Amino acid sequence: MTVSDPTRGGTGQDETITSGFPVPDEYRFRSIDQVRSGLASVHYLADDGIAGVVYLADHLAKPVLVEGPAGTGKTELAKSVARLTGGRLIRLQCYEGLDESKALYEWNYKKQLLRIQADQGQDWRELEDDIFSEEFLLTRPLLEAIRSTEPVVLLVDEVDRVELETEALLLEILSEYQVSIPELGTVRASRIPLVFLTSNNTRELSEALKRRCLYLHIDYPDLDRERAIIETRVAGISEVLADQVARIVRSIRTLDLKKDPSVSETLDWARTLVLLGVQSVDAERARDTLHILLKYQSDIDRAAKELAGVDETS
Amino acid sequence: MLDLLAGFVAELRANGIPVSLTEHLDAAEALGHVPLEDRQALKYTLGASLVKSSAHWRAYETAFEIYFSTRVPGTGTEGLSADGGGSGDPSAGSTRGGDGQGPGTGSGSGEGMTPTELADLLYKALLGSNDAMMTAVARQAVSRYAGMEAGRPVGGTYYLYRTLRNLDLDTVLDRLIAEARAGASRRLDGAGERLSDRPEDPLPDDPPPFTTLEERLLRDEYQSRIERLRKEIEDEIRRRLVEDRGREALAKSIRKPLPEDIDVMHATRDELVALRKSLRPLSRKLAVRLARKRRHGRRGPLDFRSTVRHSLATGGVPLEPKFRYPRPSKPEILVIADISGSVASFARFTLHLVHAISTQFSKVRSFVFIDGIDEVTSFFDGVDDPADAVQRINTEADVIWVDGHSDYGHALMVFWERWGEEITPRTSVLLLGDARNNYHASQSWVVKAIAGRARHVYWLNPEPESYWDSGDSIVSEYANHCDTVVECRTLRQLERFVGELA
Repeated sequence: MTVSDPTRGGTGQDETITSGFPVPDEYRFRSIDQVRSGLASVHYLADDGIAGVVYLADHLAKPVLVEGPAGTGKTELAKSVARLTGGRLIRLQCYEGLDESKALYEWNYKKQLLRIQADQGQDWRELEDDIFSEEFLLTRPLLEAIRSTEPVVLLVDEVDRVELETEALLLEILSEYQVSIPELGTVRASRIPLVFLTSNNTRELSEALKRRCLYLHIDYPDLDRERAIIETRVAGISEVLADQVARIVRSIRTLDLKKDPSVSETLDWARTLVLLGVQSVDAERARDTLHILLKYQSDIDRAAKELAGVDETS
Repeated sequence: MLDLLAGFVAELRANGIPVSLTEHLDAAEALGHVPLEDRQALKYTLGASLVKSSAHWRAYETAFEIYFSTRVPGTGTEGLSADGGGSGDPSAGSTRGGDGQGPGTGSGSGEGMTPTELADLLYKALLGSNDAMMTAVARQAVSRYAGMEAGRPVGGTYYLYRTLRNLDLDTVLDRLIAEARAGASRRLDGAGERLSDRPEDPLPDDPPPFTTLEERLLRDEYQSRIERLRKEIEDEIRRRLVEDRGREALAKSIRKPLPEDIDVMHATRDELVALRKSLRPLSRKLAVRLARKRRHGRRGPLDFRSTVRHSLATGGVPLEPKFRYPRPSKPEILVIADISGSVASFARFTLHLVHAISTQFSKVRSFVFIDGIDEVTSFFDGVDDPADAVQRINTEADVIWVDGHSDYGHALMVFWERWGEEITPRTSVLLLGDARNNYHASQSWVVKAIAGRARHVYWLNPEPESYWDSGDSIVSEYANHCDTVVECRTLRQLERFVGELA
């Protein structure tokens, strides 16, 4: 089901953000660096690519399509941007079988029926106008995001899960920021929301969708960034341990595994090590806790073997 | 700038990256919002609006480097050894003709460095992970070893190879490791002094022994630094080539096919690796797509009972008609693949792909042959990664009968004798190979007989269509009895075929 998540402004202290709202040439961000430092202030460490694309999304008023392996912080990015801009995060979780009535809007037909029954001998024309009014409209995430008068960030999560045909639902919203409801007319966005779509790349998205979006591919971070991420996200971790964790994870990623450890799994692992009171990881410790990092038995075996250094040559 | 962008977009399209007009316009608009002097920002800006698939990112990057290469200011060599500064302004470009290599360091780099000095510098740069130094080393190494000649129409790879061979990075790596190991044991002796100038020493302070884990991590660290150096060198070479020959020309000679367009039969080793990498997501995508197609494909006839039952919710008015979903039968697949040298990699990819989506078929059986034929279905049983099974095929299948040269006729005949009975009208038969039969008898009647029993017979030929029936290829002799013969040279073609099959 759809979840709208009212995480509101975590950190109000970023006063550079414009609080009143577009007037189209008033931007949320003034420079790429501002985006980066802003995101860092809500504990999201962006690299050049991420910050640049978020900045552009704001300036060009275009949605961002975020792709990348699972667990690299795609959804987290949208949440962080919401926190940063003090906007409400409206989230549409996609799944197979998602349709208009779940994504856009629906007429509350039970209520409509009641309305009709309650008022028998009324003129039909009047009645029709009445039952197709706002009162009987159930807004779903997409319409909600458009109609909202407060700042919002719209997150369309795992958009690759919907069928190709359903994607078309999104097109009008993404390019025009409006929704057409036959009985009511067109609802236009009073302010253009920041839109993020995430995809795990289980299928090719349609050209039409891609064309309307800025594309951002988030890959596993490099060593320095991963270490920094571990340090900011894991409370009470020592520098040495963070460094070791990052190194070991990088080492594991070079193996040919079924599923490389993701950033979130890395963080889980680091947290575990901290909880266990580990000061520095040795091969044995690593092997004992590998199941947090890797989720396939064959991968675990493989990594354990490699870390124990069975073959010196590789 | 707009002209440059237009040229760049044209180059991307030539690379096979689909860039639509709107995307071009977006990119142009985006340029107005970013500081143009920030190259990194520019790269991501254009990337975000022009490239919409991660598989294309590499090609994009290369093209970007060519079109927006920096004119390096000649002062990059801060803080090097005394003579380092000399090479800072490599008179690399056009003035640097044949004399570059002959007199060696004579021209640009003044007194120049001896190879040992350079090696030493390289070693230090790697040890300290110092970016500026690394760039300097790269530049130095390129002017010294690459032996670039103006106007020579080669791609960068040749120069890259020459430079790397001379630097001999493997030895350097070994030396670094050995050094670190020695350092560790020295510390073990209680010498106490920290090993030095390495700022981010990966060794924790307390535990003395230099374990295999640590060694491994250390090795990875150095490896990644060397990788960075390699990239530096590549960039440097490309920069010089751009200056020399102009970007259009260079872009053209550097252009590489996208992974899905690589010709499988003639792929280099690197390309094969890329292919294998893209195979897994590809088969996953294909499986998802097919599963969806099956579930949502068609609506069956009205399901009266279900409709009535659901109508109770709306007071007996059947608002929503319910339908029966048909369960289409899944085809049975029988793959007969030639795995002789010339087409081996193609056969491997196909087997891999077919088995990766085997849930979409009711049954998959695989046979491989060279001049003998063997069933390999069991190799795939209970293996969760088809790649492992494919590996085993190479070593364990019994496919040699006489001399290990393809003999389609004999292989087919044996197949017909031993397994022919098992082909049913539900079976689709895939024959894989180039039909280069080394002038043996074709025995094409077997294919005819198979076609008589099976639902479909397809022939996948990894050769370009123009080569068919040339030399000892007798594909059309078999083709007479097949439903279709499909040219299948790239992953893209293969994917399309398999997608239609299921």
